[in-house]
Amino acid sequence: MALLRKGLGFLLTHASGKSQQLPFSHSAACAAIQKMSRVRVVDNSPLGNTPHHRPAKCIHVYNKTGVGKVGDKILLAIKGQKKKALIIGHKMPGPRMMPRFDSNNVVLIEDNGNPTGTRIKVPVPSSLRRLEGEYSKVLAIAQKFV
Amino acid sequence: MAASRKAGLSGCSFIIFSKTARSNLQQRLRSTSTRFHSSDSGDGQPPKFMPPPKPVIVDKTQAEATQRRFLSPEFIPPRQRTNPIKFVIERKDMIQRRKVLNIPEFYAGSILAVNVADPYANGKTNRFVGICTQRSGKGLGATFVLRNIIDGQGVEICYELYNPQIHQIEVLKLEKRLDDNLMYLRDALPEYCTIDFNMKPVPHPANGEVPVNQLKVKMKPKPWSKRWERPKFKIQGIRFELTLSEEKMEEAKKWDQPWLEFDMLKEYDTSKIEKQTWEEVQREMSK
Repeated sequence: MALLRKGLGFLLTHASGKSQQLPFSHSAACAAIQKMSRVRVVDNSPLGNTPHHRPAKCIHVYNKTGVGKVGDKILLAIKGQKKKALIIGHKMPGPRMMPRFDSNNVVLIEDNGNPTGTRIKVPVPSSLRRLEGEYSKVLAIAQKFV
Repeated sequence: MAASRKAGLSGCSFIIFSKTARSNLQQRLRSTSTRFHSSDSGDGQPPKFMPPPKPVIVDKTQAEATQRRFLSPEFIPPRQRTNPIKFVIERKDMIQRRKVLNIPEFYAGSILAVNVADPYANGKTNRFVGICTQRSGKGLGATFVLRNIIDGQGVEICYELYNPQIHQIEVLKLEKRLDDNLMYLRDALPEYCTIDFNMKPVPHPANGEVPVNQLKVKMKPKPWSKRWERPKFKIQGIRFELTLSEEKMEEAKKWDQPWLEFDMLKEYDTSKIEKQTWEEVQREMSK
């Protein structure tokens, strides 16, 4: 029913930063990040920001459960290559005092935990500061904490 | 006969009483007029009659707090099969917390600023400013959702009113909107949710009606997160004519359930409970 309602060639209404015409219909995301979920890369790395005809998708979550929440490491498929990323915020409502974002935000990361980009303009939840030891460099490039 | 005599007697006593009262008043007035007399005795002309100043009654018992009768919606218990003792204890705890932290009056559509304890922020407190999109929950678990758009990214935080981590709740702009639930702001244009973090508090009157903002919001193109045009949401605050055609509006009316408002089993009259709870809250807060 939902597929019949939405036509082909729909604009991505969520704030992805790119106004691309996706040739398939899609429903609004309301869950946390798992396999095959499209994510939005929010740092200023060239890999995350160059336009591609396919959005970045999660292909694995490094977690006992397959569901990624804020602060979890995931594997992305971007531009035909595999890249690790850190979840910065998601659309799913979480614990009461935590912020909920309007898009699933993700920051590209190397294998040792260093960020690929140099700046994160999007607000970052301050609960990420508990990852001071492992992802301190990611926190260092974040500009605004909510 | 006796009744008439009694009535006559009582009538007499009343007249006497009023006579004495009147004479007292006249004496008081004479004394004030003589005071004024004495001050103006220097002129040869008769002094102008200066009426005594009208007494200005200032309600100092509720100086800072609003003099509007507002009972926070989480005090009204839901209609459930729970023991009423639970609600009594909860109300006691809620009032105790309200004595420590001032939880102001606000509605969905007001702009609030919240200071929360954060171990990682400098100054140990984190501040968030946003528009209140909904108030839900009853008792100690009552929550309100603040929405703001920061750097182009929409952020929503659901705060618990009675959470001890909250240091301060400040109302920057007190107003109501056409709806109780503003969830549709997620699909509205971002200009309606961007609120400046350094916004100055707008002074609102302590008495009288809360201003209702008659704003009708423009939406982003469909698809929306929910089908807001459907009658079950009863939304007044969206300009549907800009995105939806007449046929779509007619089609949406197919999901209307007009019998729901006449359902007697869903009736819940809270007027008595509100009155009792209001008196209890006022009593406990003044202690």
